[in-house]
Formats: sequence, structure tokens, C-alpha cells
Amino acid sequence: MASITLEGLKKTYTGNVNAVKGIDLHIEDGEFVVLVGPSGCGKSTLLRMVAGLEIITEGTLKIGDRVVNKLEPAERDIAMVFQNYALYPHMTVYNNLAYGLKNRGFKKDEIEKRVRVAAKMLEIEEFLDRKPRKLSGGQRQRVAMGRALVRDPAAFLFDEPLSNLDAKLRVQMRVEIKQLQRRLKTTSLYVTHDQLEAMTLGDRLVVLNAGQIEQVGTPMEIYARPASMFVAGFIGSPAMNMLPVDYLNEQGANGLLDNLPDGTDTVGIRPDDMHLAPPTVPHLIVDSTLELFEAAGAESHLYVTLANSDQPTVIRVSGQPPVAEGETLRFYVTRDALHPFNSATGKRTGD
Amino acid sequence: MVENRPWANFFAHTVLIIGVALVVFPVYIAVVASTQAPGELMRGTIPLLPGSHGIENYTQMWQSGVSSANSPPAALMLWNSFVMAMAITVGKLSISLLSAFAIVYFRFRFRMFFFWLIFVTLMLPVEVRIIPTFQVVADLKMLNSFAGLSIPLIASATATFLFRQFFMTIPEEMLEAARVDGAGPFKFFKDILMPLSVTNIAALFVIMFIYGWNQYLWPLLITTDPDYTTIVMGIQRMTSEENPQWHLVMAAVVMAALPPVLVILFMQRLFVKGLTETEK
Repeated sequence: MASITLEGLKKTYTGNVNAVKGIDLHIEDGEFVVLVGPSGCGKSTLLRMVAGLEIITEGTLKIGDRVVNKLEPAERDIAMVFQNYALYPHMTVYNNLAYGLKNRGFKKDEIEKRVRVAAKMLEIEEFLDRKPRKLSGGQRQRVAMGRALVRDPAAFLFDEPLSNLDAKLRVQMRVEIKQLQRRLKTTSLYVTHDQLEAMTLGDRLVVLNAGQIEQVGTPMEIYARPASMFVAGFIGSPAMNMLPVDYLNEQGANGLLDNLPDGTDTVGIRPDDMHLAPPTVPHLIVDSTLELFEAAGAESHLYVTLANSDQPTVIRVSGQPPVAEGETLRFYVTRDALHPFNSATGKRTGD
Repeated sequence: MVENRPWANFFAHTVLIIGVALVVFPVYIAVVASTQAPGELMRGTIPLLPGSHGIENYTQMWQSGVSSANSPPAALMLWNSFVMAMAITVGKLSISLLSAFAIVYFRFRFRMFFFWLIFVTLMLPVEVRIIPTFQVVADLKMLNSFAGLSIPLIASATATFLFRQFFMTIPEEMLEAARVDGAGPFKFFKDILMPLSVTNIAALFVIMFIYGWNQYLWPLLITTDPDYTTIVMGIQRMTSEENPQWHLVMAAVVMAALPPVLVILFMQRLFVKGLTETEK
């Protein structure tokens, strides 16, 4: 158990490619932090730097009070779960779990005890004598977790561990990972590109873009108040709609846009905040044409183009409203649903 | 494939049976010839049924050899061949495993240069470099010794190359997982790479053993002492006599053919197992 502190962490590959451009982050003891971002944003590189699999070009990395920049992965007291599990194919599940302990010179009965405990926790006891290839994807995933668990490390590092599973298993394993982490209270750093995974798993989210932190905060903080247009577009599905202020003024703003913070030229509106029925509080009115209607069970997605504009926009409504493609739709937006941004800096302007 | 075409079946079997007969017949002749009385094979017609002198011929060949042809007992020659073939096989495998390990997993200066250097030697078989190699071995006073017989043949670009290709198919995460699990380079090699390469090792073992067993030119060149005569050399010597004693030659041939067969049979279990259970 330990905290992890990253101070000005940088990674430069040969040829001056800056994969990670100075990351400052403090992860509390027992905290579950999720690194999220599009592919190529440096999140995996960052995780691998913490693991010791990637050399740190610049900056300081502390696990607990120890600076571990130069230590081998094994000396950092961390355990890692890989995307493709990386189980040893020639060893039984038992030996897969025991290998790390054997290398650390644990006594046989201690190894046995720990492996049994971990196997029981992950419900893989009956597979202990099998080889990994005889297991299904979900079971392999559990073994990979077990290999991290038996070591009782200071921190768990997860590198997109669920992306090789099918949708149903992914949800199930996500819940299990969360429960397991709650129970063990081991500091965890989790990398994913799936924003749903990020939102549901993390105590705190770190949104990365192009090797830099865009925003750090609890999932709901980030959802409710995205600090930049990038975060706004990345967290939430379907993505937030971005509409120019000038356009909205033309359409009839009822004076609602007059008191936006200085420098605002774009407002973001979540697809859920666009209503088909007029609310009782003051609101904006926008006309649009329905291009595509997507029914997704409990909710529907309406893909529309705004009147006098070719801006594609998504609206999310619950249930299936009686609308037809090609129809003109009028929707309403209240003042508190607007996220003000400056399109030049990409940053939020206030509120 | 589920098919029911009796004619195709019949045709396929006929072809296979003819093929097998073609391969087996000379072996059969060798076995039959090795059981004939002296002189029986010089009459012009080769007998097709086993004679009654089998035990006698084999015992003579095994215990005393053919002294007129300067050929020591087969027991000694077989032992020499076996030691040489094993030394070459084990040496080749260990050196090529280690060098492939170095080339794939370590980032050192001129790594690719060394790889190509090894690769280029693929183009130089023993026969091409035999004179300079002989000079070196002679200078090192390794003539008439097992060291001289095996060491110059140990370096193997082929095996290095094959192991390199195989190591590159092992996902990099395997190494990383092992590092996180506290395995240093040597432990990773021993606990992960070696077990994963068992199939390749078995297959190469067979190929290398037969390569070593069949060496003729090199042993001929560097051994003059009959104590180091290998079985292939011995057979050659016996046949170049003025009146070769074919019944003894054939007994030696049959004995010489057995060890490679045994090695294949033994190793086959390993690589057939490896091929059916793809460990990925």
C-alpha cells in the first residue's frame, strides 16, 4: 500500500517524439485512478513508466516515499495486468500465480496459501491445474488478475485489461474489478480508452490528450464541468454538441446568452439536455431537420441538422418519441445546460 | 475432410504403397545382405531372403571390425560417431539458443550488424572453409580428438536464425510480465523461453544429430588415429578395399542407420506433441 507521485514526468523517444510531456499527479494511498484518453495520447506509455517497463526521460516518480525512477519493475513493488493477459502458456494456472512469488524466494507453504486465497477470491480454484489455453477469455482475465493479487503489491497497474473481452463479460469484470479494489484498498492505476469504463471505475479520472493532462477530477465533476472542449467531447456518449454562440443568437436566444462569461464563442450542450418539449424555465429554441432516428431500447438518438446550418447534432431522448425522418423538429435548451467555451483556446471560459 | 470416393482412396493408397516400397527395398536388401555368408554376395545375384549368418556377421563387425581395411570394431566407431554427433548437436543448440536470445532481447550496439554477420555465415558450409579451419584446428593441437571433431562444426547460423524467428513471435508482454514477476534475463530464458521452444529444440535436435552423424569429410581430414574413426568413415574404408567384405559392410551399415532412427523416434513424441498443442 502506498501513494504514487509523478512529478514532471516526461518521455521522449528517439527522434524527439514527445510521448509524455510533463505529467504531475498524486495518487493517494488506496485510490483508484483511471487514465483515459484517445489512442496515442500517451496513457499507456505513462503507465509503463510507472511500471518500470519504459525508461523515464525526465521527472521524478515516487511510490510511497521512495524514488523509483531507476528501479527494475520487480523492485518497485507493483503488479501489472496486461491487455493480452501475458500468461505463461506452458505453466498451469497455479504456477502462473506462483511464479512471481517463487522468484521472490517465498516459502512453498506461503506460496500455496497465497495462491489459494487469491484463487478463491477470483473463483478460479477449479482451474488451478489447467493450462491457460484451456481457459476462456474471462477466465484468463481472472488468472491475470490473480497473478497481480497474490503478490499483495503496493499498487496495481491495469493496461486496458478488459478490451479483449466481449461486451457482456466486460461489464461483469468491470464490476468485479471495482469490488475487488474496494475490498483490498490497493492503490490502482488503470488505463483505458473506454470512457464508460473510466466513469464507472475510477475514484478520480485523469483525462490525457497528446501527452498532457487535460483535466483531473472525480468522474461526475468531469462530466458536469468539462474543463476543455476536448474533455467535453471525449467524456459522455454520444459526445457533447458544440454550437457557435452567434448562431444561437440568430435563432432566438431570448436574451439567455447575454450573460455568458467573457470570451465565450461556443457553447457545449449534452445530447440529453436538448428537450423536445418546452420546459417551464426560460429556454433557447432551435429548429432542425431529423436526418436519422436511432432507437436504442430505453433511449433514442436523434441525428439532426440545424436549421440554416449544416452542423450535425445529436439529441438523446428517453423512450421512442413519435417522430419520422425528414420531419422538422424544434428543441429547447435551458440556461444551466450550457457549457461555455472559447474555441481558440479550447478551454472553458467560466461557470 | 469427409469424403467417400473409393477410387480416389484406392489410387492414393497405391501411390503411397509404391512409394514406401521404393524407400524400404534398399534397406531390406541391406538387412538381408548383412545376414549372408562371406562370399555369398560376390556371386552376381543378390539373395532376397535372409541368410543364416546374421549373428555371426554382426558379432564380428561389433567386436573386431575389419583390420585389413584399417577399420576398428563397430562398437568403437559407433561410440565415436555418437559422441561427435551429440557434441555437435548439444553445442549447436546451446550456442544458437543463447545467441538468438541475445539478438532478440538485448539492445546492444551493432546488434543488427552481428545478426547479419551470423546470417552471412549461412552461406559458408563446412566444405568451403575446410582448409583454413583445418589449419586452425591443427595449430590448436586438436587433431585426433573429440574437440577437434566437434567444435569447428558447432557454430550454426541456421539454428540461430530459426530461434530468432521463433523468439520474435513470442509477445513482448511475456517478457514484461516476467520482469514484473521478478525474473531476470537468465530466469526468463530458463523458465519461459526454453519451455516454449521445446518443439523447435526437438526438431532441430533431430536435424543436427543427423547432420553430425553423417559428417564424413571433416572427420576424414582431421583424424588419423583409428581410435577416432567414425562409423561413416569406417564404412567408406571397408568399401574401398580391393575385395570388400560386403556382408560385414552391410552389417555396419545397418548398425550405422539405427541411432538416427532411434533419435527421431524419441524426439518425435516431443515435436508431434508440440505441433498438436499449439502453446500460444
